[in-house]
Amino acid sequence: MTNSVNDLKNTDCALIMGSNCAENHPVTMRWLLKARDTRGAKLIHVDPRFTRTSARADIYAPLRSGTDIAFLGGMIKYIIDNELYHKDYVVNYTNAACLIKDDYSFEDGLFSGYDEENRKYDVSSWDYQTDEAGMALTDPTLQHPRCVFQLLKKHYERYDIDTVCEITGTPKNKYLEVLKTFCATGAPDKTGTIMYAMGITQHTVGSQNVRAFSIVQMLLGNMGRPGGGINALRGENNVQGATDMALLYHLIPGYINSPSNAPSNKKLIDYIRSVTPGSAKLQFSNLAEFRELVKAGFPNSGWKINSSKWIVSMLKAWYGDAATESNDFAYHYLPKRDDKKNYSHIALFEAMYKGEIDGLVVNGSNPVVGGPNANKEQEAMTKLKWLVSIDLWLNETADFWTYKAWTRSVHNSAVPKITPENIQTEVFFLPAAAVYEKEGTAAQTGRLVQYRWKGADPVGESKADLWIYYELGKRLKKLYEGSTRPEDEPVVNMTWDYDDGHGHDDIYKVARELCGYSLVDGNPVEGFAKLMDDGSTACGNWIYCGGATLKDGQWFYKPQKRIKEDPSGLGIFPDWGWAWPVNRRIIYNRCSVQPDGVTPWPGDEARKLVNWDAAQNKWVGVDVPDFVGTTAPDNPNFTKPFIMQPDGYGRLFAPTSAMKDGPFPEHYEPWESPTTNKMNSRDLNPATKIFEPEKQGTVDKYPIIGTTYRVSEHWQTGALTRNLPWLAELVPDMFVELSEELAKEKGIKNGREVIVSTTRGDLKAIACVTKRLKPFTINGKKVHQIGMLWQFGFKGYATGDTANWLTPHIGDANTTIPEYKAWLCDIRRA
Amino acid sequence: MANLTNLYDVSKCTACRGCQVACKDWNQLPASIKPFKGNYQTHEDTDGDTYTIIKYFEEEDPVHGVSWNFIKRQCMHCFDANCMKVCPKGAYTKTEWGATIHDPDKCIGCQYCATACPFDIPKYLKRVDKITKCTLCAGRVEEGLEPACARTCPTDALIFGDRDELLQIAEDRAKFLQANGFPNATIYGKLELGGLNKLYVLTDTPDKFGLPVDPKVPNVTFWQNYVQPYASWLIPLFLLASGTSFVTTRLIANKNKGHEEGKEVVNDAIGS
Repeated sequence: MTNSVNDLKNTDCALIMGSNCAENHPVTMRWLLKARDTRGAKLIHVDPRFTRTSARADIYAPLRSGTDIAFLGGMIKYIIDNELYHKDYVVNYTNAACLIKDDYSFEDGLFSGYDEENRKYDVSSWDYQTDEAGMALTDPTLQHPRCVFQLLKKHYERYDIDTVCEITGTPKNKYLEVLKTFCATGAPDKTGTIMYAMGITQHTVGSQNVRAFSIVQMLLGNMGRPGGGINALRGENNVQGATDMALLYHLIPGYINSPSNAPSNKKLIDYIRSVTPGSAKLQFSNLAEFRELVKAGFPNSGWKINSSKWIVSMLKAWYGDAATESNDFAYHYLPKRDDKKNYSHIALFEAMYKGEIDGLVVNGSNPVVGGPNANKEQEAMTKLKWLVSIDLWLNETADFWTYKAWTRSVHNSAVPKITPENIQTEVFFLPAAAVYEKEGTAAQTGRLVQYRWKGADPVGESKADLWIYYELGKRLKKLYEGSTRPEDEPVVNMTWDYDDGHGHDDIYKVARELCGYSLVDGNPVEGFAKLMDDGSTACGNWIYCGGATLKDGQWFYKPQKRIKEDPSGLGIFPDWGWAWPVNRRIIYNRCSVQPDGVTPWPGDEARKLVNWDAAQNKWVGVDVPDFVGTTAPDNPNFTKPFIMQPDGYGRLFAPTSAMKDGPFPEHYEPWESPTTNKMNSRDLNPATKIFEPEKQGTVDKYPIIGTTYRVSEHWQTGALTRNLPWLAELVPDMFVELSEELAKEKGIKNGREVIVSTTRGDLKAIACVTKRLKPFTINGKKVHQIGMLWQFGFKGYATGDTANWLTPHIGDANTTIPEYKAWLCDIRRA
Repeated sequence: MANLTNLYDVSKCTACRGCQVACKDWNQLPASIKPFKGNYQTHEDTDGDTYTIIKYFEEEDPVHGVSWNFIKRQCMHCFDANCMKVCPKGAYTKTEWGATIHDPDKCIGCQYCATACPFDIPKYLKRVDKITKCTLCAGRVEEGLEPACARTCPTDALIFGDRDELLQIAEDRAKFLQANGFPNATIYGKLELGGLNKLYVLTDTPDKFGLPVDPKVPNVTFWQNYVQPYASWLIPLFLLASGTSFVTTRLIANKNKGHEEGKEVVNDAIGS
């Protein structure tokens, strides 16, 4: 989230799209309903299905799964055509005025630079026209035909209301109501929030769906202001923390691109060049020279000019005394990913299926239920030599080798006949402690890091994750002890000093490393601006730097703060827990005041977060400023509000390599779609990798759209909740929701069994025939959509067929997140 | 002492059913896992092991389109509790703050209360041959806590407090809703049956939520007015009557003894 959960109470309008927040993030509804009752905020829910969120919304607008860009593209056009955008904001805070190179073009679904054979773009033309210093040329009048604003206007010209509604299937009156209501937040005294979840991201255009949100929110001037923002609701209480710690294959901690085996990443200095914007053409060959350049400052670098400090401090934390300036701070110890390889979930399981992977550690994950094309993924696991499952329960993945795991209620030739005798995988199960049985922090969806103390001892032999990993590291190091082989150095020299003095793991030592410490005096580094790249500071994750301080001479961890006070009344609660970065609750908060840095937006004094105080010569306010707090707004070096971007501008147009599939979001159909693309002649996102062309279902055999989701009562793959009788009784069986119209066509009765089939597998479930789903009219034709829970498997008190037997192995062009949300199937009575 | 109760506002409920689980947790009630029948509302009604449920109402009309309404169902803790009046064993009592409490130790499982309740709340639990129902978490409340259901509600659809204060909140809320898209919004529990120790804010008329518009107690006037007040007198009277009856029956039986014995012989002969 750019904002926080509590901040939802400050909104004038919430567009909930691709999220069923009432069911999956119940607490968000607490603040949304407060906004409605106290501010008269409107709640809009856009979703293929009328859910418990729709039940509490003021406006419900249905849309066909996978057509969000069409929906939002029409909104962008509506904002521009009706001049509803927040002009001062757009001109000053976004790249609307920047001029784009003449060779950038877009034609019939393809951006310039497309390589059909490799399904890839050469992104060099997606860039600014620049002056000699490398700064983008601008036209603040927004009239130049090559300025971003005009290109944006031209790009979305095709997204007129009628065309959009033919694609999305949204009734025109409902669509207009949504446009009118949400776009009213373009007024300077109004803010609107967008809340989304997996309904937006789990598509072949998932990243571009979010990009479309960014464009809408920047046009309306909703970023960096209370009650605004783009708010990703994370599906797990610490998934934010997991991604912060780089649980993504292309990153190292703190969202820095991980080093690859490309020549440009060979030496530390090359790697620093590749992750520091604006440094590509500068002359430097070592860190000392680079430091001088950073000290002087260089254009188009943004806050990431400090990347070298974050990387070197991380290397110091990981390799201690073995990391010195003379050996490139042991940069050569870091594993380098293969530049040509995709290590995402789908790609890993494809590789496993081909027998390329020997072993797998699954920790708190259950791919046999949660993975796309789960039949194939389960088969892939039979090719492993060993599998370690770390979980609270002996879940479906830990038991993937049993007879029950291979039993299918409906025969499908795509599923091989496998029995335990022909599985050679050795399975180890490590029982894990539950959340209340261990100590540590969790970073929730609003980046708020909260410390949690242990409530009870773990049951039986189960252990906290930290215990498991600390012991694993200790034993690995023992195996390598005394080795002098250079290839063993990364393990031999890895710091692993988390001992509490009694041979056990000490979580405070992990926290100390994450928050950063000085190697001179051992004290906390109080904020990432104080990290150094000369080896004098160590910090495991720069965005967590500043999370600790000295209190009475002792280390104190700010996530342990528990002061329930909200001096601003804006729901900031600055002393409850600690949010990264540096306890900032609303990022880009420079945007909450006018460009002069002093005046609030007209009529919006109450929602001003920071302002320049000339008397004190610094920025003051109710939130932590999202920039250097002592730089005056008239300082020419003052970075624009979006400090993580090289030029500080919010990006209506995403230049160069920011996105793999285009600088503007364009509507493409899902991989499996019931119709052709009405916007252009490319049906599928041209930059998406196709893993299994032979598994693409077609509309003649599979005319119905399928989608998957969760319910309040079960969590993720259900491993936790289907094992709890009180939750199992609330949703006891796997069910499929379908409209009354489809039920009538197929002779399906409510509460009776149905079979859903795809090219990848079939399942049997109970029909839930409902008025809450309706057939869509798409390009003049009636199209049905059904939906089902992906939370069932064969273990626990509540068991049922697994929806992911049906979902395809295809993902987003940028992230490869699977397209769980839109695929084709057929349904019949069992 | 002021009455303490819950105010439940349907316009804030998201039917997450946290209250349902919290209730089972606090009262340590077993789950009954039954097949899914095509409706999110897996429990058709409260039962011996389920003191509260959320009911779901899916509707559609040409003007408003589809709507999905929810309501929490549990004991209403009526001021003038009929269950209490009909119970022959005095198993029901009222706390001074308004909760109707049922004592399982006194309950004989006769189920008079179940038939007498205008809201069909007391449920017979065969396993123990007793009636069970919501206690308004009296044990918690008397320790200064709020009921488990109110404690868990994430949206404040369910709040706990002084009934007079909650009544004011409810009335204001109903007016707010009437002015904001729900012309039929109303409150429930203020006057019904002389007042309930459970208040509701409804976005529509009570019947839309399965509540009786004008609840009436079943016709139990005889019990209420004669049997119950004089129960302590009536019991020895009944005993006397049945004793007399026993003696007289015996006398008559002895008179006819011969005939009976003859019958038995005949039966034996047939049996062999």
